[in-house]
Amino acid sequence: MDICRRDGAVEISDLDPFLAELLRQIPTSADPEGIPAVEQRLFSAPADSSENEVCKEWKLYVEPELRRLFQSATETVGEDLKQLCGKEKSFANRTLHIPTQHMDAWLNALNQARLALAAKHNFTDTELGDHNRSPVGSRRDLSLFQINFYGFIQEFLLRDLDAREEQT
Amino acid sequence: MSGERRRGRATAVRGNAGSTLYEPILALDQTTGPATIERPATETETESEEELDLPWLVVVHNDPVNLMTYVTMVFQRVFGYPREKAERHMLEVHQNGRSVLWGGMRERAEFYVQQLHGHLLLATIEKSR
Repeated sequence: MDICRRDGAVEISDLDPFLAELLRQIPTSADPEGIPAVEQRLFSAPADSSENEVCKEWKLYVEPELRRLFQSATETVGEDLKQLCGKEKSFANRTLHIPTQHMDAWLNALNQARLALAAKHNFTDTELGDHNRSPVGSRRDLSLFQINFYGFIQEFLLRDLDAREEQT
Repeated sequence: MSGERRRGRATAVRGNAGSTLYEPILALDQTTGPATIERPATETETESEEELDLPWLVVVHNDPVNLMTYVTMVFQRVFGYPREKAERHMLEVHQNGRSVLWGGMRERAEFYVQQLHGHLLLATIEKSR
């Protein structure tokens, strides 16, 4: 896999089918699926429970806004990921272009997916710091690999944003 | 007269939280007698009013999943902090488990917390004590 900036977009090329599939799973992975631990992390409380009024108002007015924001980000990413759809049996490596104006949506959706996976599997700090674990083994190993892979993409996007800001 | 005193002390309490009004009001108490005698009872009386005026803090809590570079970027965007300041807060969160990013009026504090949640950071508002 190669990742670089080309013609005003971030280009991820030479994507093998496995990594392409992991990218395709971003929107699905970001979905809380009604799992309480994930819901709790993505929609965490804005204050200590003693601040009843703040928490109630938040639930009523802010949380729906956040849900819309997160959904909009995953939808944008989902649209971009259509570039990776095609003949699934083909082993030809694929290329994905992320337009500059979609960068924020990508950062958000990748973060949603990473947080949701971490909450779902309740990874320890030690596990989260293990960047060399093979994805082969269990669903848990694969999820940890996913978190690290998405983190790698996030890191690149952040550096790219930084470089752009320095240029302007 | 007693009304004046109460208002005076209420402000003095607020002064303890950092207001510049503290000294002149303390001087007013000194002219009308030893302030230390009556102060405890009056402070209790005005506590709830004072609570309304307490500044609210925006606190960000540590999360081992969020990338350090990401957290720094969010602080820069949400608060308009320069990179060095944003990094300082990010490291404080990382090392101490939390960092106070901002303090002030409740409405503004809630706005900041909403922005931080929009970027999926663990953030809360707290009353300053």
